[in-house]
Amino acid sequence: MGLIDRRMGIFLTGLFILTVAVPAGNLWMEGQPVPSYIVSLLGKYLCYALLAVALDLVWGFTGILSLGHGAFFALGGYAMGMHLMREIGDRGVYANPELPDFMVFLNYQELPWFWYGFDQFWFACLMVLLVPGALAFVFGWFAFRSRVTGVYLSIITQAMTYALMLAFFRNEMGFGGNNGLTDFKDVLGFDLQSDSTRAGLFVLSAIALAGGLLLARAITTSKLGQVLVCIRDAEDRTRFLGYRVEGYKLFVWVVSAMMAGVAGALYTPQVGIINPGEFSPANSIEIVIWVALGGRGTLVGAAIGAIIVAAAKTLLTGWFPEIWLFALGALFIFVTIFMPKGVLGVIEGALAKRPKPQPDGKEAEV
Amino acid sequence: MSIQLSLDGVNRSFDGFKAINDLSLTVEKGELRAIIGPNGAGKTTMMDIITGKTRPDEGEVLWNQTVDLTRTDEAGSARLGIGRKFQKPTVFETHTVEDNIALSLKDDRSVWATLFDRKTAEQEARISEVLELVKLDGDRARLAADLSHGQKQWLEIGMLLAQDPELLLVDEPAAGMTDAETMRTAELLRDIAGQHTVIVVEHDMEFVRALDCRVTVLHQGHVLAEGSLDHVSANEQVIEVYLGR
Ligand SMILES: Nc1ncnc2c1ncn2[C@@H]1O[C@H](COP(=O)(O)OP(=O)(O)OP(=O)(O)O)[C@@H](O)[C@H]1O
Ligand SMILES: [Mg+2]
Repeated sequence: MGLIDRRMGIFLTGLFILTVAVPAGNLWMEGQPVPSYIVSLLGKYLCYALLAVALDLVWGFTGILSLGHGAFFALGGYAMGMHLMREIGDRGVYANPELPDFMVFLNYQELPWFWYGFDQFWFACLMVLLVPGALAFVFGWFAFRSRVTGVYLSIITQAMTYALMLAFFRNEMGFGGNNGLTDFKDVLGFDLQSDSTRAGLFVLSAIALAGGLLLARAITTSKLGQVLVCIRDAEDRTRFLGYRVEGYKLFVWVVSAMMAGVAGALYTPQVGIINPGEFSPANSIEIVIWVALGGRGTLVGAAIGAIIVAAAKTLLTGWFPEIWLFALGALFIFVTIFMPKGVLGVIEGALAKRPKPQPDGKEAEV
Repeated sequence: MSIQLSLDGVNRSFDGFKAINDLSLTVEKGELRAIIGPNGAGKTTMMDIITGKTRPDEGEVLWNQTVDLTRTDEAGSARLGIGRKFQKPTVFETHTVEDNIALSLKDDRSVWATLFDRKTAEQEARISEVLELVKLDGDRARLAADLSHGQKQWLEIGMLLAQDPELLLVDEPAAGMTDAETMRTAELLRDIAGQHTVIVVEHDMEFVRALDCRVTVLHQGHVLAEGSLDHVSANEQVIEVYLGR
């Protein structure tokens, strides 16, 4: 039950190799075998993988099927996007040193109060954790205390992200309306268009994913992690043993939301835009598919599932844009019926079936 | 002897149906008490009320004559020292037998304490002791899901013992057990009574006889008779509603 078991060890090793090879192939190798757009694309996949790990923590281990995790991701993305907007300064189209372009366009006279502080990088980083964390805390406090579970909980998480999407679409909200936040120039003085900055963001995403996996693993292998599984499998029994279930759910829910927020914050500078579409219910449902496909309750599987589906999406939408949603739906049905333990379950099952040498000749007895 | 638990004038209805009807009951500290009664008599509902799972519409439920149990939730009653075994055996299927016991051990239940918890040697010893008592020491590394029905019953009893509660509420422990196992359960419950208060619900009359204790007969959410098994068995009404059939 160590922190790094076999599957985690293999995954982290692979991730480490990728983290070295991709920037090296992009920045230093002759003929640039890794094109720059690939670096950002892979960086984006790693953010998705972190988001999937966050969802696995609540769904795979605690049994809370969130259909609104995209909201926490988007909030983290917006918090970072707000900083990137402020860092544009007077280099915008309207050259207003105080106000982002969209505010000038909408005739804002001054910066809204909730934009204060975002000119500071550290403040934005804090908000990346605190805003999703606070929303998750308030939401979880009410939902878990009133013992909303199962489908009903899933529905209200979906309603939460839908409501946020509608709100962020409105210009009056002060977050750029349906265009969202974009045209970022640089972060901490590093040009966002330069290859070295992109490589740096890729490496940061890999580190965040590794950190998220290790944190999630530390939580799930602790006694608290065992209690989470108890809640998933027999909530009533857990209560009658004296565990205040709502406290445990709230803890893991908030940790998961913050992790999703970090993923969103790394995503925004790499794709160069954050808009209300990130709150769309379909996005949140897609996260669930990643986790189901990779292998629920395995952490590593969730990360793999996110990367597989995101890569498939990139390829398929490039070749046949119209069929992507059907392909995704078919994939989900296929996985739930034929691969209940996901891709990871299939791989590990195949490996386990290979005959192993039995040192003490036990096989003969059976 | 002092009073462990008292119910006074408790009522509870579900959609107009009175599941518990003016129920009054007193159990002494260290007592072993059997509760019998026909299906739907309200035995399980009574346990739900004691453990805070169900709130009574009216009436008083007192713990140690001081604490109002109608205001505590399930976790709260467990922390006061009330342990419960469900009618349908419920164990943590995806945990090992050993972990099922470990998670039940009396310990700090707060989120932080649980996050940073490390098993002490003392706890290890206690786990082994409990496993031996319920004869599951050979199965400690197996998943609870792989146990037989009777073994799950034993595991749940083990989990109850691990909690070391002051009061044990045991709902139909003998269901699914062989005759020998049933008798061993009765013996075990008799052994732990005295240091613990034990309330057992059971339909199996052989088992109740083996418990050799005071019996309360429940009918339509109300106490019909109370006394020794021979005393209540002789009661005309009891024969009519329960034993006679
Ligand atoms: N949550 C509930 N909602 C509606 N009705 C309920 C509820 N809980 C119990 N009842 C009803 O209350 C009555 C008493 O049920 P209870 O389970 O307490 O009986 P019991 O004495 O434990 O019976 P058995 O011997 O079959 O276990 C039953 O008629 C049952 O249908
Ligand atoms: Mg019952």
